[in-house]
Amino acid sequence: MIPEALTQDPIVAALADVATTAKFEFNELTVEIEPSKIVEAVGRVKRQLGFERLTSVTGVDRFPAEPRFEVVYHLQSIAGKKRLRLKARVSGEIDSVTAIYSGADWYERETFDLFGIRFLNHPDLRRIMMPEEWEGHPLRKDYPITGTRY
Amino acid sequence: MVTETGNITAETAVKGTRTMVLNMGPQHPSTHGVLRLLLELDGETLLKAIPDIGFLHTGIEKEFEVKTYQQGVTLTDRIDYLAPLSNNLTYCLAAEKLLGLEIPEHAQWMRVMLTELTRLNSNLVWLATHAIDIGAMSVFLYCFREREEILRIFEMFSGQRMMTSYFRIGGLALPAPRGWQKRVKDFVDIFPERIDQYENLLTNNNIWIGRTKGVGYISLEDMLDLGVTGPMLRAAGLKIDARKDSPYSSYEKFDFEVPTRTENDVYARYLLRVEEMRQSTRIIRQALEGMPSGSHQADAPGIVVPDREKMKTQMESLIYHFKIVTEGFRVPEGEVYQAVESPRGEVGCYMVSDGTQKPFRVHWRGPSFGNLQCTSKLIEGTLIADVIAALGSMDFVLGDTDR
Repeated sequence: MIPEALTQDPIVAALADVATTAKFEFNELTVEIEPSKIVEAVGRVKRQLGFERLTSVTGVDRFPAEPRFEVVYHLQSIAGKKRLRLKARVSGEIDSVTAIYSGADWYERETFDLFGIRFLNHPDLRRIMMPEEWEGHPLRKDYPITGTRY
Repeated sequence: MVTETGNITAETAVKGTRTMVLNMGPQHPSTHGVLRLLLELDGETLLKAIPDIGFLHTGIEKEFEVKTYQQGVTLTDRIDYLAPLSNNLTYCLAAEKLLGLEIPEHAQWMRVMLTELTRLNSNLVWLATHAIDIGAMSVFLYCFREREEILRIFEMFSGQRMMTSYFRIGGLALPAPRGWQKRVKDFVDIFPERIDQYENLLTNNNIWIGRTKGVGYISLEDMLDLGVTGPMLRAAGLKIDARKDSPYSSYEKFDFEVPTRTENDVYARYLLRVEEMRQSTRIIRQALEGMPSGSHQADAPGIVVPDREKMKTQMESLIYHFKIVTEGFRVPEGEVYQAVESPRGEVGCYMVSDGTQKPFRVHWRGPSFGNLQCTSKLIEGTLIADVIAALGSMDFVLGDTDR
């Protein structure tokens, strides 16, 4: 549910049909998006709302909650001097936004590498930080902090 | 990491031409660290380039999660080792936003001054190594002479030349040392003259112009699409600078210009960064002359380590000290994104707190990572000699890319 105070916000209003909730904290706007609608939402943010730049894509592991991952998108509108955070709660798969912002390529690869979140329709989903034969995804909360592997 | 050249050779077979695949790096001097490039060449012309990163991945984002907030500051130095204080600042501002801390003016101005010195330091290393890549040896020696002076200033403030960790959550690690004004003033007085010296060596140098003018062009639309930030965008005519767009640490009180160029080539990026050095010198001079007096740390017991003298006489201070050192401080639940203009572009810190003493998640948006994504677009179709010049003009740090 989108809180009453935010329904008038132009960004939230434009995303109202694909958003599940929104919040405005620390002077930053966060809109949570239905995971299956993420490409639609990001596309609208770029074309309708004029956010020229995708700053980064990353993940947060909320283990053991279900669905366990949050995929977090930061966007910036240079002309409007605004920043926006989009979020989607997924259990391991989400559509890639590389078709909208090519810059999402490496960020999605990084998120795939370190969290194991699969980005569907990504042109080249390979590990980027860890060696290709590496097992596991280091930034998951159930990944050990110390160990014997090197 | 790419272990095969599968994509490249398959495409070549279809075209039926004889091309060569060249592996550049990860130990190539002009990649300034450990960047590996797979280059497919037809004669001297570059047909395809695949950048390969990750050789310097040290799991810093994971390590943030097991350190207390204050301990995390030391990790940020090591991300972009040429601009440690810009990174300290980003991290501290993010944590301070979550804590709702008000930083005294003196500390804010000191942060601005030292961050700008960091920018000079970083740009000097960039100019030195960029010039040496292209063959101008002497510039390297001159740049490192001034950089040495900046590192001495850092050492004077923090006891460390590079990994300073001088900014802490709540202010600065130590009060400013005695005699810092003279040291910084001497430097600011001499530095503009030194910039002229570098320009004398390069700006009208025919060889330099020949190697850099018209080289490394990439359209502004492509750069925005690929997530490039900082001087690369400004050299293409876009006035984007976090110091002006969303001022932090009282940057709004300083009078400086954001230089832009429109040529969008290696030469323009060189001129732009040189101009940025002049602007940074202006900011440092203003900070030096108008430095407000006051405390170097916020008045926030329980977060800022108390004064040593007070600890000897006041029980509360002793308790706070014990608690901060042994278990750290709790940060209210929430998430913030803090962007700071580093010498390379936008460095961002996305910090998620779950209300404990350790960050739940810290994501580091390094400018080099975003900038490196445009490598293929930037150098494909050019000559191999231009690859060196174009890579140098991007000014990336691999520690920042791989984290």
